[in-house]
Amino acid sequence: MIDKGDNVIEVRNLTKKFGDFTAVDNITFEVHKGEIFGFLGANGAGKTTAMKMLTGLSFPTSGEGKVAGFDVWTQSELIKKHIGYMSQKFALYGDLTVKDNLDIFAGIYGVPPRQSGKRIAELLDRLSLAGERDTLVRDLPQGWKQKLAFSVAIVHKPEIMFLDEPTGGVDPSARRQFWELIYEAVDEGITAFVTTHYMDEAEYCGRISMMVDGRIDALDSPSALKRKYGAASVAEVFEILARGAKRQD
Amino acid sequence: MAESNSDRFPVVIDGLVKSYRKNAPPAVNLGERVEIGRGELFGIIGPDGAGKTTLFRMLATLVTPDSGTAFIEGTDIRSGYRKIRTLLGYMPGRFSLYPDLSVRENLDFFASVFGKDIDENYSLIGGIYDRLKPFEKRKAGKLSGGMKQKLALCCSLIHSPSVLLLDEPTTGVDPSSRRELWENLAGLKESGMTIIVSTAYMDEADRCDRVAMMKSGRFLTIDSPEDIISKFGKRLLAVRSDEMFRLLRDLRSMDTVSRCYTFGDSHHIVLKQGAGVTAGSIARELTERFSHTGVEVREAEATLEDCYMNLEEK
Repeated sequence: MIDKGDNVIEVRNLTKKFGDFTAVDNITFEVHKGEIFGFLGANGAGKTTAMKMLTGLSFPTSGEGKVAGFDVWTQSELIKKHIGYMSQKFALYGDLTVKDNLDIFAGIYGVPPRQSGKRIAELLDRLSLAGERDTLVRDLPQGWKQKLAFSVAIVHKPEIMFLDEPTGGVDPSARRQFWELIYEAVDEGITAFVTTHYMDEAEYCGRISMMVDGRIDALDSPSALKRKYGAASVAEVFEILARGAKRQD
Repeated sequence: MAESNSDRFPVVIDGLVKSYRKNAPPAVNLGERVEIGRGELFGIIGPDGAGKTTLFRMLATLVTPDSGTAFIEGTDIRSGYRKIRTLLGYMPGRFSLYPDLSVRENLDFFASVFGKDIDENYSLIGGIYDRLKPFEKRKAGKLSGGMKQKLALCCSLIHSPSVLLLDEPTTGVDPSSRRELWENLAGLKESGMTIIVSTAYMDEADRCDRVAMMKSGRFLTIDSPEDIISKFGKRLLAVRSDEMFRLLRDLRSMDTVSRCYTFGDSHHIVLKQGAGVTAGSIARELTERFSHTGVEVREAEATLEDCYMNLEEK
């Protein structure tokens, strides 16, 4: 592996096969510390399979990878402790209060009790959830649940947070509020790894990769990709690359 | 009355109200009468919890209104559910297929429920189903998100409904598949089908004949996208610099800016009424007072997304 200290993810020739189907085909890339990395691709291009390997939920068929400094082959449990994860179908405990949810996840991630109180207070304050600290989660409006799910994912100050379509089905205003949470977390030093189908959100990323048929066919900043493909927007770049796909969805 | 108008207006919504809980505001609370024309593509946008799904469920005769009613092809949703279900295609937002049945079995099932043959109406779904053909034997639960969506659409169309209800059909669907879906909807509309669709994507709302903006159970506005945009009536600038996140905060701190939000590779700012500034003066202020580099400021045309972002302020 290359030994650059400022990468949070380093992946070499990572491959995942299911029988004779190659879901992830020999991908190689790095994610730098402190950046917002957009992981884009069509449905079925292999994003979910790749993310499962990066978050320690499945082993590759071949290749190498390090996430937050830990090896995907031998240290998957350590990876899980040092990352945050949030998906569109986030999981919170509806019968517990906002504060209890944060306490539980801080405990699961092994945040020392002395630190967790301060951290939770800080998150509640920053996300304007302080007034709701004793509210049962099931009684919160959807947008606030989403904020809380985000707080839970970063309660242990992970080195990197994986956000899997965090804004799917969310209206334009709430989507923007969510992205400001991402910006703030990145400001505090957390690296963000985001998938989205909203191409305007892809423009908010420092760099983006485009997966096609299990491969990463392009990786650069949005502006560099637009220049390279002579496109006015990332949406156009996506169309150009997706057109080359052979895999059926 | 609705009955006599039903040839022109296959869907008439008349003061629909529905509450799920006492002491809570109604999920849907439509005071007005809304007539949706034959072959119209009618979009509904609005935040989570606006009442969109409850409205769809009432139109699909799955939820009974507390008061008011609606007519589908002249039939009252309160009494005519048997007839209405043959006239209506409904694609719910959540996965609505049988995961343990194959692609083909799901389609067969939905056709047989309505006493139809797949071949009879194949022309309606052909454009969509051909993409699923290679996977006919795969279990629906094993399909990717985009393919599930395609199959659900086929299943809601196979009995050749005259009215189609689509509740956020493109959530979780990639840009190319979204475009394909909307091309299909344009074809269905062309054939005279009346379509009501909710979406979180403003580029999709832009393709509708009329768009209803829904919030707290009510329609705030119903207008064509062109009319919504022409009524925007505020001055809009697009701003960029080398530090986009700091730029967002700095723009919000400026006295002349009433609203600022991200917009793809720029930020859009809405200027306060009577703010005597130009693109040039904003650029100078950002460079000199806030030490931004790479500043670009230009006048921008409002889009539907800008209208949505500003509607909510009211």
